Amino acid sequence: MKALVIRGGHLIDPAAGIDAPKDILLKEGRVAEVAAPGKLKVTNGHNGFEADTIDATGLVLAPGLIDIHVHLREPGQGYKETIATGTAAAAAGGFTSVAAMPNTKPVNDSPEITRWMQAPEREAAVRVFPIAAATRGSKGEALNDYAALKSAGAVAITDDGAPILKDGTMREALAAAARVGLSVIQHAEDTRLTQGCSMNLGPASFKLGLRGMPPEAESSLVERDIRLVAELRDARAHLHVAHTSTASAVAAVRQARRNGLRVTCEVAPHHFLLTEEHVGFYNTHAKMNPPLRSAADRDAMIEAILDGVVDAIATDHAPHATHEKEVEFENAPNGITGLETALGLALRWLHKEWKMPLGRVLSLMSAQPAALLGLKNRGTLTAGSFADVVIFDSAAEWVYHASSGKSKSRNTPFEGWTMQGKVRWTISEGRIAYVAGNA
Amino acid sequence: MNTTATTVRRQLHTPPPPLSPFPYHPGSLLSVQDLSLEEVGGLLARATALECEDPLARNCILAKRRVALLFYESSTRTRTSFELAAKALGADTTLVSSLSSSIEKGESLKDTGLTLRALGAEAIILRHNSSGAPWLLEAATHLPVLNAGDGMHEHPTQALLDLRTILAHLRPGVEAVTSETLAGVTVSIVGDILHSRVARSNMLLLPRLGARVLLCGPKELLPDTATRTGPGIEIERDFEGALRQSQIVMMLRIQAERLAGLQLDLEDYQASYQLTGQRLAAQAPSAVVLHPGPIIRGLEVTAGVADGPQSAILEQVRNGVAIRMAVVERALVAPQANGDSL
Repeated sequence: MKALVIRGGHLIDPAAGIDAPKDILLKEGRVAEVAAPGKLKVTNGHNGFEADTIDATGLVLAPGLIDIHVHLREPGQGYKETIATGTAAAAAGGFTSVAAMPNTKPVNDSPEITRWMQAPEREAAVRVFPIAAATRGSKGEALNDYAALKSAGAVAITDDGAPILKDGTMREALAAAARVGLSVIQHAEDTRLTQGCSMNLGPASFKLGLRGMPPEAESSLVERDIRLVAELRDARAHLHVAHTSTASAVAAVRQARRNGLRVTCEVAPHHFLLTEEHVGFYNTHAKMNPPLRSAADRDAMIEAILDGVVDAIATDHAPHATHEKEVEFENAPNGITGLETALGLALRWLHKEWKMPLGRVLSLMSAQPAALLGLKNRGTLTAGSFADVVIFDSAAEWVYHASSGKSKSRNTPFEGWTMQGKVRWTISEGRIAYVAGNA
Repeated sequence: MNTTATTVRRQLHTPPPPLSPFPYHPGSLLSVQDLSLEEVGGLLARATALECEDPLARNCILAKRRVALLFYESSTRTRTSFELAAKALGADTTLVSSLSSSIEKGESLKDTGLTLRALGAEAIILRHNSSGAPWLLEAATHLPVLNAGDGMHEHPTQALLDLRTILAHLRPGVEAVTSETLAGVTVSIVGDILHSRVARSNMLLLPRLGARVLLCGPKELLPDTATRTGPGIEIERDFEGALRQSQIVMMLRIQAERLAGLQLDLEDYQASYQLTGQRLAAQAPSAVVLHPGPIIRGLEVTAGVADGPQSAILEQVRNGVAIRMAVVERALVAPQANGDSL
């Protein structure tokens, strides 16, 4: 692999506390050197290796983004997305690492599938970190062998869309995961309260004649899980709450943190931007689980991001084929794509509109998710780290059209939205994974 | 700390909800909200004109035009009256119902709609068990779609025929409606509001004419958020209190097929919400009683009330044909040709 020199850019590396013009040298998949402009020790051709150069004048360079919640649909549902297309979409969105949920077909509950997902034959454009199922077949009964899953490459465990309702099973999962140093990610939904529901419970669901999921279905399970973490305090159990969407759930996380518990949470862009009103007239591209909530809940997500309770922005990228979404709202599958819109939305709204410093936005999308999942030498560009870099024009505005995206699916509520921050290059472990204009 | 956060929150500019692209076709009737008051008045006037028209002349208005009735749920009144209405205007109708078609084999609503369009259907009248299905069908076919009841959502022609019935009793002769036509009128809608598309269409239409809508029912069937559906909607849980204030009492059936596991004590329900002759005589001796049907005699109303002098239930059914003639005509005849000269 040829070395790569990136010159002229402005490096923002929140984990290293750098926000300054820097040149960097990437070599053998790692960051070899970070230097003041023009001060890299390498001179092309003279240090015994050849290097390509990227001119990043006027651009921001930052650690490659990390999305800890994506559905890549393989194995089993390649018509929605494959690991190759999903990671190509990730690269186009500036992501260099994605953590893949286990609700594949079959469920990823084994070291074999975990390894299969990471195999070179999948032709991933960026690094895939499988998250393995917490229980056999995600049925909420027998726990999987977390040590074996971890050594196969799993970075966390979850039953995602099939949340663990039984107290005993969840307690055992938290304890067993803690013993091998993994977190348990919970999709917090008491499914006993959400049967037949297709949106948030409130005035909008009444008006549309749709059965609604009460916010308590989320917050009650978060509160239950936090109680279990408190019981397991000595075991250092780590609970991560996926796609937090309600004010009450985020309040519970906030309190748990004050109490010193290892509880983290993520928020998806659609939950800090959209409300149940965006369901409009049965737009199935505004149907996901957890659903779009009330304006008060949405505002609570923004507030929690701005004041630091939220640890990560994660997309819950959930591709579905067009025909699957062109059905009655109640019958449509949950989920929207997100990898190619997350950075553009975060910069347009969190940074530009709500004045969150760029470094903090980037930290929520790289340094903090890396720390949360324990991804070593990622989420930063200090010398010796993986050469995962995103280079983008932070001021550029552009309009998103799903048809020009890399994902196999187009189920997005953000069609035609103005985005800010155009990704120009994405580099994954020293290889160029995406170049703008080279569609 | 909380105060500061609240202040910050209020200043945030957030993305507005998108504008609705519906209806794609000006002849569609998906929701009562699609109609301006002027259009409501126009439909009422056409209903009367068409009802009075010579049947042979009327038969030429939509002669040989093709109208499909696509029914995913059983129906007596709505289906028959739409069919009679379309036929009275000379249209050819065809009925596709979910139990005797490829829908049983898993054909999607979109494909069914495209198939009907390819077969020459110029308008589709849709009854569907899923809320919002007419919006999907209209987006897929761009044909005029008439919503004949979608899930728990809307039933716009029922609200129009209810309005015609109400006007006949309280404002005889009035057709050109304004925002004050029903000023001073209180309409109680009683019973299973949660699952009722009739209730939703009526609560969205009648207040626009100045009526006050009182919703009445137990919490399980009437959540407090119902008042936020639109302006002019209030909740009165006490049935007798609601009756005392009402000129119109609209009784609803408990939709057993949509209760989804909800347990109701029917004896309790009857004790609190059944419209009996005694209650009616004591609390609302001159109110008009409506019911969209089907009636479950002895549950929400007694037989005596259903058949009694205050009942306008069969008038509603008759008005259904007139209103649906006007709505089917609107679907297929461009507005400029749809004048009084017809």
